[in-house]
Amino acid sequence: MNFDWFVLPFSIGLFLLFILVIFKISFWIRQLPLNDRLLLNKGIFSLKILRVIKEVILESLLHLRIFKINPLLGFMHMSFAFGWFMLIAIGNLESRMYAGTELNLPYYPIFFKFFIHKPLEIPFAEGFTFIMDFFLLLVLSGVLIAFSKRIYSKIVGLKRTTKLKAFDIFAMLSLWLIFPLRLFAESSAAGMYHTGGFMTQPIGNAFAGFLPLDTLSYIFWWAYSISLGVFFVCLPYSRYMHIPTEIILIAFRHFGIHRSKEYDIFKDVEVFSCSRCGICIDKCQLNTMAQVTNIQSAYFIKSIRKKNQQEEIVQNCLICGRCQEFCPVGIKTDDLRLSQRMIFENKENANFNYLPPQTPIKTEVLYFAGCMTHLTPSIKLSMVNILKNSKIPFKFMDEEESICCGRPLMLSGNTKDAQKLMQANIEIICSSQAHTLVTSCPICLRIFKEEYNLNINVLHHSQFIENLITEGKIRVQTSTKTISYHDPCDLGRGLGIYDEPRSILAHTGTLLKNNFEKNNSLCCGGSIANNQNYNLNKDKISKQVIEHLSSKNPDIIATACPLCKKTFVKYSDIRVADIAEIVNEQMILLHSS
Amino acid sequence: MAKKVVVIGGGIAGMESSAYLAEMGYDVTLLEKENSLGGHLRNWERLFPTMRLGQEVLDFLKLGIETKVNVIRNANILKINRIDKRFQIELERGASFNADALLITTGYDLFDATKKEEYGYGIYDNVITSAELEKMFMEGKSILTPTGKIPKKIGLIHCVGSRDEKVGHVYCSKVCCVTAVKQAIELKEKLSAVEIYCFYMDMRMYGMHFESLYKEAQEKHAINFIRGRLSEACENQDQSILIKVEDTLAGRPLKLSVDLLVLMVGFIPSKGTKEIGKLMELEFGTNGFYKTKDQHTLTNVSNIPGVFFAGSCTGPKTITNTVTDARAAVTTVASYLEGYNLEIRTKAFFQ
Amino acid sequence: MIDFGYKIQADRQINLDTTDKDLANFVRKHENSFNICIGCGTCTASCSAGNFTNFNFRKLQLFICRGEIADVKTEIAKCMLCGKCQLACPRGVNTRNVIMTIRKGLEEQL
Repeated sequence: MNFDWFVLPFSIGLFLLFILVIFKISFWIRQLPLNDRLLLNKGIFSLKILRVIKEVILESLLHLRIFKINPLLGFMHMSFAFGWFMLIAIGNLESRMYAGTELNLPYYPIFFKFFIHKPLEIPFAEGFTFIMDFFLLLVLSGVLIAFSKRIYSKIVGLKRTTKLKAFDIFAMLSLWLIFPLRLFAESSAAGMYHTGGFMTQPIGNAFAGFLPLDTLSYIFWWAYSISLGVFFVCLPYSRYMHIPTEIILIAFRHFGIHRSKEYDIFKDVEVFSCSRCGICIDKCQLNTMAQVTNIQSAYFIKSIRKKNQQEEIVQNCLICGRCQEFCPVGIKTDDLRLSQRMIFENKENANFNYLPPQTPIKTEVLYFAGCMTHLTPSIKLSMVNILKNSKIPFKFMDEEESICCGRPLMLSGNTKDAQKLMQANIEIICSSQAHTLVTSCPICLRIFKEEYNLNINVLHHSQFIENLITEGKIRVQTSTKTISYHDPCDLGRGLGIYDEPRSILAHTGTLLKNNFEKNNSLCCGGSIANNQNYNLNKDKISKQVIEHLSSKNPDIIATACPLCKKTFVKYSDIRVADIAEIVNEQMILLHSS
Repeated sequence: MAKKVVVIGGGIAGMESSAYLAEMGYDVTLLEKENSLGGHLRNWERLFPTMRLGQEVLDFLKLGIETKVNVIRNANILKINRIDKRFQIELERGASFNADALLITTGYDLFDATKKEEYGYGIYDNVITSAELEKMFMEGKSILTPTGKIPKKIGLIHCVGSRDEKVGHVYCSKVCCVTAVKQAIELKEKLSAVEIYCFYMDMRMYGMHFESLYKEAQEKHAINFIRGRLSEACENQDQSILIKVEDTLAGRPLKLSVDLLVLMVGFIPSKGTKEIGKLMELEFGTNGFYKTKDQHTLTNVSNIPGVFFAGSCTGPKTITNTVTDARAAVTTVASYLEGYNLEIRTKAFFQ
Repeated sequence: MIDFGYKIQADRQINLDTTDKDLANFVRKHENSFNICIGCGTCTASCSAGNFTNFNFRKLQLFICRGEIADVKTEIAKCMLCGKCQLACPRGVNTRNVIMTIRKGLEEQL
């Protein structure tokens, strides 16, 4: 039998890893509500499993999403995941073919080259050695990039990479060491017995020239086994737990496991799926523009995992959605953040009994300006004028007084109080029998669409205006003005409304491109979702965002959110205007015939 | 040969400092970007706290520069080169001037009230700025609202664009409170039936006789002073302006319709201040005005040897302050050019 | 009785030597911008809740500073947290967090 004592660290490590991961996964599944467990059962035995497998290959192994965002970083992750996977898979195949159908112990393919010294007498033997060397080289190139990234993160285009604690570094080093040690072990074997492929053979021969390979080789195999064993034991407790968890996450998503607002199993699986790749850190404007470096999703998620939640980390976030948009694992970081805020804030604090019973307003279109829009009267007046000009019967729902939509409370983590405000507004909206609700505020729009469950059209004014233009209900003159458009977070990334504002602006002038558009657009900095160091961060961020938007010296910086507008006005030397205002100014008044 | 001084900006500070420098024997060139001298002073009919005509002060300043100062109007500066200790100023239309010292008197601009959107300027017809009200006074016609009514109620809003973090100007502009009192009195004198309401955060009546002007406004003219800052203005059906404030002394929200709303716009660093500063790499303070080398002792000195400041390019100033500051700048310039022993003190102290 | 906008407390005077400053100190510690209010009243005038009820954020803040905290809990319950005051405040008081911090302070004291 092929055995040597050095295989023990690997074997014990693998065994512990197996137990721990199985334990964790079964814990998750047992904690799922019954209907979700049924969904999981159904999913596994349906065609959905094929889609899961496809995504696991594309994302867990090949890391295509990271590739798209950052090719070098993508290559690094791919080389580790895919390279190592292929080493394991082909190594197994190789050893199995060599040993026939005999049932091998798991360590056998891993240390195959230790046990088998002579050139293989199996079909494609040359090919196997070539492929094994090739994938080892691939992983080693990944190790090299990872190492360089730690030394100088700009090498992979990141301003900052994830900061690590001592244990993380230990786990990381054990992972990094595996591959050079494997190279040394296999090369020394190749050097001693004149086997090996295009990489291991020359290195082995070189070793043989000046090293006492007889003793050294054995040490290398021990070291290789120890590094594997150590890594396996570290894995469940380190960020590398993302390797098995991501598969569960992908399955959960495809099987339609329910998500709730609170911190639930789905979110827990998301937390363990985070590889701390650092993309969120690089996308976070608090990092890149305000030098806040401890709250980014990678750290935030880690603090959840460590059950060491600090309120500052939870609260200091713009909830702009940039990190969520670019998370290669697809973790819903905004929801995760809100779920943690709920732990601190979701208590019944408010009493809105003072809200008077509303007198029903019957109309076709209901216009809701929103609290913020009352501080930008030009926007609401423009909307009123546009509505009047379109001849569509409408009522101004909050002309005199606004009942807040509830999203600000929701963003603070208080859904219970938010619910009360929502109820008050729902009553007004439903009693109006309107078929369309139009709002000027993307913050309101988002909660209207996501939480109100209204059975009517809910539109942002940019969508509504675009409809009016296409239906010929209003006509807009073009102009020679150049316009730089800023996507508001809740409108763009939040609700995917990118095209309507652009289509309107193309009617009114020349739309200039800028470096941060659509899902990559920047947050203005004024987000009311950020409760910490509000002014300090806001000023730093909005100043720089204005610089970006002003870079082509447009005539107008256009946006579609009263909060963005108010935030920009402070720093912009260029006129800041909402789409509604621009349309109103260039609207050709239709005379009723 | 006389040493040369170029003064940039022909407002109060530029005119007065040019006059003194020329009289002291320097070869003075005064550059003004507009066609006429006097800056903002040209737009103010009467001055607080004495109510004397602004024109009188302007005439006085003009007398000073009549003969000895080389005044260049419509001068747009293209470039300022520094060669050793000398400066060479090139204008857009080709002319160029040499100087042994530069005195910068680029002054201030008025806050653009459209940036305070909730106050309705540029949106509602009957919202105007203090500068526009002054223009009405200058024209000497009867006071009418922009929509053509004789106003019965007028609201004056202090601190528009001053002490306001939201528009990026956190400092007090110093003159708006007393200007509001002055304009309120003038309005009352012109329209005896009018009710006037001043909305303030703090009444900053720090100057000599300001407080008595305030008292006169209350005692003689029954002007109402309400401690509360405007939050929003909207337009009524009849185009009067509905304003929402909290009467903080009564502790209750208050609304009031006025026929005319006047926004007391504050000082911001002028476009010229910003441009010249960028051109020469002068240091700006946190508020965007020029940073002086020392707040107490070197109030006219810049970060570049041979370049000096006077007037409101270093911060909001009244006319009185500006005239004083201009003369102070002259002594600083002369001290530099003549190498007075005091220069040694300055160097010893600050290096 | 005429409502002068403030209630006569049990004591005629605010006795700053003896009043309860714990809540004020708690809020100051956790949200520093609580300190920079100049009492201009813009928050109260713009208040969404203030359109419906006599909620007065400026007074709330002032009373906490003076240790008059008897009514704070019922008063603060009226806030919708809409953030309009935050957008209006000329001093840059982080009003939403002040409210949230006051709520937290009240809880901790219970």
